[in-house]
Amino acid sequence: MKHGYDRHFGSEKPLAFGQVYATLARLLRDGLIDLLGEQAGSGPDRKRYEITEVGRARVTAWMFTPDTPEPLLQSNLFAKTVIALLLGDDANRLLDVQRAAHMRRLRELTAAKRGADLMKILVCDHAMFHIEADLRWIDLTGARLTELQTQVTGA
Amino acid sequence: MFGATEALRGVDIEIHAGEIVAVMGPSGSGKSTLLHVLAGVLKPDSGTVVYHETDITGLNEAERSALRLSEFGFVFQFGQLLPDLNAIDNVTIPLMLAGMKRREALRQSATWLDRLGLDGHGGKLPGELSGGQAQRVAIARALVTAPKLVFADEPTGLLDSLAAENVMVTLTELARAMGTTVVIITHDPRTASYADREIIVRDGRITAGQTAEAAHR
Repeated sequence: MKHGYDRHFGSEKPLAFGQVYATLARLLRDGLIDLLGEQAGSGPDRKRYEITEVGRARVTAWMFTPDTPEPLLQSNLFAKTVIALLLGDDANRLLDVQRAAHMRRLRELTAAKRGADLMKILVCDHAMFHIEADLRWIDLTGARLTELQTQVTGA
Repeated sequence: MFGATEALRGVDIEIHAGEIVAVMGPSGSGKSTLLHVLAGVLKPDSGTVVYHETDITGLNEAERSALRLSEFGFVFQFGQLLPDLNAIDNVTIPLMLAGMKRREALRQSATWLDRLGLDGHGGKLPGELSGGQAQRVAIARALVTAPKLVFADEPTGLLDSLAAENVMVTLTELARAMGTTVVIITHDPRTASYADREIIVRDGRITAGQTAEAAHR
């Protein structure tokens, strides 16, 4: 189970063995999986589990409930930008510094995609589109700084 | 100064052989002007552009044209292929301008089209190719003379994400394998992420990204 998880989802953070046992125990307690029995092998006996109908319904519900679109970075960067303007500091430089950090990460992800399997490429693409969204916000805010300064400082 | 508008000011950049550099900035920031100045297409009113110890701003138009033909390759937004010539004839143009016989130019061009995954498309007119295919023909045309320096102006501007990715992977992998320097003008961060570093132009000035000094460190 751990190996299956790691193959699909664990490239950044593999699943800890302890977590597998704790999660199975919780699922069993909540009636989301059933114990089918034990299977003898060369090593210790393996327990086999099966998902219950309630468990399958829970997975389906989770799968088709959309995630809340969250403003990830903007709240912090927005606050920094406004504070920089309030303090009379260089907000443009602040945006440039953040843009450079974002571009660095984008280059890392582009490099990570080279020769990677499709699973890894899709994970990288997802991260890259989020970074691109932040970069668009940074560019747009940069173009609106003079207007924003007028609003923020009342100047 | 170009006409009455000051397009670039106080620009000081250094690009090293074999580097891939992205020049980014909003529309009207001066990034295309910078490309034209670097490529010797436009002559600035002041300042110098030094290419391999030659100040190209001191060359006359014919000398700059010869330099562009022998040393530089160009990829433009949506290829700018000649619409009445098929793909392979488009690729032969720079070779024949350099004096190569047509038969040899066709042979070399066919090899390049194969290398870019365009085997069997050589006889098609640009209008019969997809945007990504046309742009790969443009890359073949830019690289067929084995230039030392390639200028790419918004090379993915009109392509969808997947086609853009294929074009950038192709361009940068070939350039790295050939040791070709590439200057990419783009407003698209993802396209820029194929470069080793970016230079940001705003209001005709380099405002951020790695400067020449930073690149040395």
